[in-house]
This record gives sequence, structure tokens and C-alpha cells, in this order.
Amino acid sequence: MAEPNVQNLDVLTTAERWAGEGRAIALATVVETWGSAPRPTGSHLVIDADGNFEGSVSGGCVEGAVVSEALDVIDAGVAKMLEFGVADETAWRVGLSCGGRIRVYVEKVN
Amino acid sequence: MDRALLEALNGERAQRRAAVVVTKIASGTQRLVREAEITADPLSEAIEKTIRSGKSGIVETDDGEVFLNVHLPPARIVAIGAVHISQALAPMAKIAGFDIEIIDPRTAFASAERFPNVALHATWPEDVLKERPFDPYTAVCVITHDPKIDDFPLIAALKTGCFYVGALGSRKTHAKRVERLTEAGLSPAAIARIEAPIGADIGAANPGEIAVAILASVIEAFRKRKMFAERRGETEAA
Repeated sequence: MAEPNVQNLDVLTTAERWAGEGRAIALATVVETWGSAPRPTGSHLVIDADGNFEGSVSGGCVEGAVVSEALDVIDAGVAKMLEFGVADETAWRVGLSCGGRIRVYVEKVN
Repeated sequence: MDRALLEALNGERAQRRAAVVVTKIASGTQRLVREAEITADPLSEAIEKTIRSGKSGIVETDDGEVFLNVHLPPARIVAIGAVHISQALAPMAKIAGFDIEIIDPRTAFASAERFPNVALHATWPEDVLKERPFDPYTAVCVITHDPKIDDFPLIAALKTGCFYVGALGSRKTHAKRVERLTEAGLSPAAIARIEAPIGADIGAANPGEIAVAILASVIEAFRKRKMFAERRGETEAA
């Protein structure tokens, strides 16, 4: 029976390893949630300059948008706060189908 | 985040110590607050609360919004006894998200063949605990029935304030155990923390079912935050 390698699932360990390899990386963190949110506050996603990522800040609903914002953060070096709400083409580019709202803080790891 | 902070945080996590990353949202300035530094921190009250609940979140301060990201050690189950129940418990515990370790000095039981891909210590609990002591984020399940093996880690678990302590054995076996622990100087309140018979009362009858019952009890104690003495109805750890 194949089991997931729990070591590889630890986002902060992955972040430290990637930084140690000289990769430019950003760390995204869920800092606030309202209503039904897929991942609790404190959840991390680590992203490198090539768009590789590990971890999660939602159930896969907004990771794509967070990754592209993270590339800007890696370039500019300035942290950003992102907010995602219910998936709605008129109000949000991407969103959470579960109906919750989340705030995600994206910062560069220097 | 500074790499130095990230490395220091991962260091604390590897040592199974609680740590909190404090981020001022407006400025992005950050600091790491280690378990031992909490009481001296200006945000000690909010940090304590975050640690107790295990829930990260934003707090309003005079400096504006501050995000407290709490990193608690992952819950770990230590089973004393590489017995049939442990063979069922080990994969179930992993699936439920717990780290699991098994200690049994009887090498015929504690073999890699019987426990593939499990952290297994084929030595006395006394020796393992010197290197890897219990902490409040550890659940201890003693399931050998043998006082020579069970009693030492049982006493250590109660003294440490482990979030769950269970012991396998009939009521008669447990009555004798209570006598020995009383003689060893443990208080009735401390001894009462032992779940015996071990596991949720679901009428479990075979090793797999008993493993489910044990895991249910461990999950309940973990989710009810029994790693904190006041959540166990105590003013301080036993």
C-alpha cells in the first residue's frame, strides 16, 4: 500500500529546503476565514519563482490565483493581502465554491 | 519572512515545542515567540489564548492588526507493547494524522517484519524516554499487560501530563496496577486519569476493534485539548 510521504507534506520544511537550494520563494498564509472555509487560519502554501507550489490555502479553489500573485510578490519583494469570497464571475475572478471568505497574506522569504 | 526565522521556527517544531509567529499586518514585521518566551511577551495574553485553543488568528492591538500563527507540536501516540493491537493501531493512527511510535523490549514482538514503516524501538521504555521524553502532546497507550514494561512509562506519562493515558487490562489487572501506582506515590487524581479498560466503550472484541476504540479515545482527548491541565479539571499538571 502506497502511503503519502508525510515529510514532503510539511509546507514549512519544504519552504526551508527550497530556500536552502537558493530558490526565490513566497509563503502564503490563511490569516482570516469567515463562514465555511476549506482550510483553517495558519494554513500555508509555498510557491517558487517558477510557479511550483506545495501546501494549500483552500480546497484547490484559489491556489492558482495565489500562485500568480505570489510571483509578483517574489519579483517586487513587497507582501500582499488577498481576499477571496464566493465564486461569482461578476464579483470575483476566482472564489470559493463552499460559500466562505478567506484572507491570504503573501510574503517573500528573504 | 526571514529565512532565519523560518529555520528557527522549524527548529522549535522539530523539538516538539510550541511556537508562535507574530506578524504585524500593516508593516509585515515579524517575530518568533518560543514557548518559554510567551510570558515575557507584550502580547502574552493573546498568545496564551491562541496556544490554548490551537487556533491561529488576527488580534486587534494598539499597533493595528496582528496575525498570530500558532505552531503546536503534532500529536503523537506512543504505544508500549508491539502486540497484535499495535499492529492494527499503527496504520490507523497514521491515517488519522497522528505520528506513532511503538516501544517494546521483547525483540520477538518488536520486529520490523511485524511493523513495516513504523517507528519501532525494540528496547526498554526507560531507555527510549531518556532520548525522547513524553510531552503534553503525546498520547500514551500501555498495552503489554506486563508491569515490568508498562509501569515506568505509565508513571512518566501521568507526571508529564500527556493528553491521553490509557492502559490495557481487565478490571482486576487494573486494580493491582492502581495498588502499585499508589505505592509509587501517585495521587488518586493522577491515577484516575488512566483510561482503563483502554479505549472508547464500543464493545470492541478483537485487536482491530480495540485499536479503533483506542484511537477514538485518543482523538476525543486531543480535540478536547486535554494537553492543558485546566482542561482536565486540574489547576496544574499532576
